[in-house]
Amino acid sequence: MAIVYQKTKGLTDAETHYCPGCTHGIIHKLVAESLEELGVLEKTVGIAPVGCSVFAYDYFNCDMLEAAHGRAPAVATGVKRVLPDHVVFTYQGDGDLAAIGTAEIVHAAMRGEKITTIFVNNAIYGMTGGQMAPTTLVGQRATTAPLGRDRNHAGSPIRMAEILATLDGAAYIERVTVISPSHIMKAKRAIKKAFELQMEGRGFTMIEVLSSCPTNWGLTPVNALNWLNENMIPVFPLGVFKDVTKEEV
Amino acid sequence: MAKELWKGNEAIAEAAIRAGCRCYFGYPITPQSEIPEYMSLHMPEAGGVFLQSESEIAAINMVYGASGAGARVMTSSSSPGISLKQEGISYMCGAELPGVIVNVMRGGPGLGTIQPAQGDYYQATRGGGNGDYRLIVFAPANIQEVVDLMQEAFELADKYRMPVMMLLDGMIGQMMEPVEWKRPALSPEDLPAKPWATTGTKGERRPNIINSLFINPDACNDHNRHLEEKYQRVIENEQRYEINDADEAEVLFVAYGTPARLARAAARLLGEEGIKAGVFRPITVWPYPYEALHEAASKESVRAVVTVEMSTGQMVDDVRIGVNGIKPVSFVGQAGGVIPTPREVADAARKALGR
Repeated sequence: MAIVYQKTKGLTDAETHYCPGCTHGIIHKLVAESLEELGVLEKTVGIAPVGCSVFAYDYFNCDMLEAAHGRAPAVATGVKRVLPDHVVFTYQGDGDLAAIGTAEIVHAAMRGEKITTIFVNNAIYGMTGGQMAPTTLVGQRATTAPLGRDRNHAGSPIRMAEILATLDGAAYIERVTVISPSHIMKAKRAIKKAFELQMEGRGFTMIEVLSSCPTNWGLTPVNALNWLNENMIPVFPLGVFKDVTKEEV
Repeated sequence: MAKELWKGNEAIAEAAIRAGCRCYFGYPITPQSEIPEYMSLHMPEAGGVFLQSESEIAAINMVYGASGAGARVMTSSSSPGISLKQEGISYMCGAELPGVIVNVMRGGPGLGTIQPAQGDYYQATRGGGNGDYRLIVFAPANIQEVVDLMQEAFELADKYRMPVMMLLDGMIGQMMEPVEWKRPALSPEDLPAKPWATTGTKGERRPNIINSLFINPDACNDHNRHLEEKYQRVIENEQRYEINDADEAEVLFVAYGTPARLARAAARLLGEEGIKAGVFRPITVWPYPYEALHEAASKESVRAVVTVEMSTGQMVDDVRIGVNGIKPVSFVGQAGGVIPTPREVADAARKALGR
């Protein structure tokens, strides 16, 4: 019988620790499939963050480093500068990238580090139990914002894709989501393109993926995807914010 | 080979390149900025990587990444910047990554002053970051020794897979002295392979993982035991010290770095008065040469042990551990960028002897 689908070689056989309904698993698969299809798994080095994806080093089937909280872009910089012919990626959540690691991601983008960042934005701290993130929506409840995020007290959500797209060092910045099969296919194309541009040495690339957190949002998996569609996408619009290949036309 | 006149900070940078280091990440801070300045020109000339980072935190994490990728790598800073690196140092120890960290110490706490001091002794030898970990810490007292120890620092870092700190006071970083380049320069090709490094599997092996997370308590305990066994091997094999003129000495000075030179000047002053004084100088302050110090202090002639530091008294704790009550231990020092004079040090010795 012809094989029409099989698991990517880019993932190990380890069982993931992610909660039921969490979209990290889909995003892992898209990253791993992209690396496999590009034929670069054997020369890829990934950087895992601190947060829900802290154990990513057990799931991706390539060399991996576990970084301190927020420091993945600095660690990736060290790796890439030593191994310029290799593919280097960071996989980071919103607390890691948009709070404690803001300086590292901004400066990696400013320098045009030839790395790819997969930024998983689920608007909350997942691993530590649902605390407010810099990407938490105004009015959204969190364990450190029990009455909902108050704009006067904690400000409004930070839009990292838009911020980083202002930097000349950024080659490709796109925001995608994985709430439906068509969105998943678009996300895959974006991730693959980011890796391709990294391999061409074009500069810093980041794909922000809007992701759901049924556990900490207190919603069923399906309702979480609907909540993301109705509430997150208006605040974090999908689309390409920077594409050096378009600027040249 | 002819001697050359070198500034301490530039000599340490050149010594790193000659030790086969081809990767430097750092951030400007006085009094060590000549190190990144020198590296920015000469590291690319040697075919290596120089990068000025956005912060000390980023620099040490770039070191973590480059070390993980198998490079011989270093960073440098001065006291407040070294505080910022403590997170990364702890992670390097946990993940067993080699690397050399240079601290050209200035006065503290906080912003303190840019003048030379030794207030970071506790931080260097007790660990400023979280968890049970150790660093090998070299404390050279002149620029020749700085240069001589640099290659060894990288070698021990690789051998034990742990960071090594070069602990200099600002005096040694800023002054100039004659230097002889005794050891042949190494190129990266001369260095031992690192099969554990994350350099891409090349389809030839299972993926390598560099990590300090052991979420299961038993696994984390086992990891700590493993690190402790390694640190015990370092304690057994890597203690360095020097003893000067300690025969028949009535007073034994204990000092590292610049104060060791002040202590020798004080010993000469005392000698003119007929008081014999010796100087015990730890070259590694971790592992600390406790037994050698104990032996030196236990000599019958020694009536007093006087610790000299450019701090309010930190290494004196280790001196007390080493001497272990067999002789009286006292302290003389200045902090915050003020350097004790040989006269002050000699006075402290006379007082300790009751004269």
